[in-house]
Amino acid sequence: MPPAIAEATPGRAAAWWGKLHGFGPVVGLALLCVAGTLLNAEFATIDNGLNVLTRTAFIGIIAVGMCFVIISGGIDLSVGSMAALIAGCVILVMNHAAGTIGSPVLVVGLGMLVALVLGPLFGLAHGLLITKGRIEPFIVTLGTLGIFRAYLTYFANGGAITLGNELADVYSPVYYGSLLGVPFPVWVFAVVALAGGFVLNRTAYGRYVQAIGSNEQVARYAAVDVDKFKIITYMLLGLCVGIATLLYVPRLGSASPTTGLLWELEAIAAVIVGGTALKGGAGSVTGTVVGAVLLSVISNILNLTSIISVYLNAAVQGFVIIIVAFLQRGRR
Amino acid sequence: MLAMAPAFAQAKKEVLGVSMPAATHSFMAGAVYWANEAKKDLEKANPNIQVIVKTAANASEQANQLQDLVTVNKITSLVVFPFESAALTKPVAQVKAKNIYVTVVDRGLTDTSAQDAYVSGDNTAFGKIPAEYIAKFLNGKGNIVALRGIPTTIDNERMDAFNAVMKNYPNIKLLDAKHGNWNRDDAFKVTQDYLTRFKEIDVIWAADDDMAVGVLKAIEQAKRKDIKLVFGGAGAKGAIKTLMDGSDPLIQANVSYSPKFMYDAIKMTGEARLKGQKLPANNIVPSVLITKANAKDFYFPNSPF
Repeated sequence: MPPAIAEATPGRAAAWWGKLHGFGPVVGLALLCVAGTLLNAEFATIDNGLNVLTRTAFIGIIAVGMCFVIISGGIDLSVGSMAALIAGCVILVMNHAAGTIGSPVLVVGLGMLVALVLGPLFGLAHGLLITKGRIEPFIVTLGTLGIFRAYLTYFANGGAITLGNELADVYSPVYYGSLLGVPFPVWVFAVVALAGGFVLNRTAYGRYVQAIGSNEQVARYAAVDVDKFKIITYMLLGLCVGIATLLYVPRLGSASPTTGLLWELEAIAAVIVGGTALKGGAGSVTGTVVGAVLLSVISNILNLTSIISVYLNAAVQGFVIIIVAFLQRGRR
Repeated sequence: MLAMAPAFAQAKKEVLGVSMPAATHSFMAGAVYWANEAKKDLEKANPNIQVIVKTAANASEQANQLQDLVTVNKITSLVVFPFESAALTKPVAQVKAKNIYVTVVDRGLTDTSAQDAYVSGDNTAFGKIPAEYIAKFLNGKGNIVALRGIPTTIDNERMDAFNAVMKNYPNIKLLDAKHGNWNRDDAFKVTQDYLTRFKEIDVIWAADDDMAVGVLKAIEQAKRKDIKLVFGGAGAKGAIKTLMDGSDPLIQANVSYSPKFMYDAIKMTGEARLKGQKLPANNIVPSVLITKANAKDFYFPNSPF
């Protein structure tokens, strides 16, 4: 690709690049899809598309929450461990409740409630430590990254926490079921993304988040309750992690110490590839969603072909991330 | 042994240090479980021995623990399951240089002069036994896909052994082998994509019981009927239970690679040292084919693995 740029006249090239800036992730995704179709005709099938979107749902939903945190100038390194711990707790609660509550549907409902409560609760802890405790978000969440995973490993005794068979059957449609031919996780992902986009662009809270990330001091002078909105941001991300876990648990019906490993980096990569600045201030939910899909598409294409040595998969992903980031690089 | 104890009452107590990776996945959890079982059994049977089990989260932490075992705990013998072969070779050699008896388990050192004895599972058999079983199952004709573990020498050994057998069956096609990283989630995704890509698959060699969980879910979701066999491996208790109950027609056999070798290594080392003996230099715990007939011998419901 670079030689083609060199041949173009400088003026035209600059204009071309200017247009590309905001569309980097979309262009990258489109190019990848073309490449995928050329490499394997099965890539362009609806089934494969739905597979990819469904598996993107976890990271995508988390990434939407992460988008808010990063825009506000923060970071959360713990989301993978948090998702794993919530998944483990949900399964433990459900297995335990199955003994006392007769109706499996009620038990599953209880489990889902646990996920939706635990997530924001962990987020609240992060937010309080970061704002009232005045510890760097990087450090707080680096700490909880270890704490969450260690507790999961402890609860699981190092092995796997597995959902009882009957409960797994009742719960599994949440992942495997579909509405109008579209799997539930994709619907949930879409709803979370739309809600995220709405909150970020159309509400006062969204504007405050961007203001805080852009310049915290100025936001304070403008009488924005910075601490409160930061805490809400981490709680929102926690809620997103909880929602993602709701969809994750029915997939395999188990949680183990390897669950959610490196999800934090995937979520952060999705946000950044999607055009949000790591230093905060500006970003978009749409870009984040495209970024998350893009990351899944890369590994999907690699699985559908065997032209590249399996040892180089991670390298291909790295190259694509860097190229897309290059395509959408803005004025710094 | 107990009868001999009084004669050694004045003798220096045998302090056996055990150093191994922490239980971050179910196989290692099983190994840690068996290490603690060995400690229990050894200390109960021999008042003259103390067993100290340490687990490490990474190679450098393990190297630190080895130093502590020598200087603080004053161990007289060591059973070590190295986190990484190359990185732990020097630290282990330093332990041995202090006249401490060293048994190395599973992941070998790059310099075998740093050890007195070596105990391991049988990675060649881990690839060979499923290959032979699958070849027979398919009557020498059919399509296979494979899942591999995390890219390591162990994974290569297994894959090479598998391929070596399959060379004798030109009509069996190995369509592809991708890394599922011994992880349920990754195996699920890789299998989904295999099922999209290949319309006729007879057998999936999941090469690990954790990965087999993800493989089975992906098959179930895609409602594919062409797959007749999913061969896992390592004999996790869930997989063995399924085999015993015959509850999944796709699961018909397994190959043992039990973390119990940790138990054997500690017990053998402890007992030999108490008698002042040495272990044979190489001890391979054989991997064997597990079918419904012998599954109950490999079922350990209390182990986390």
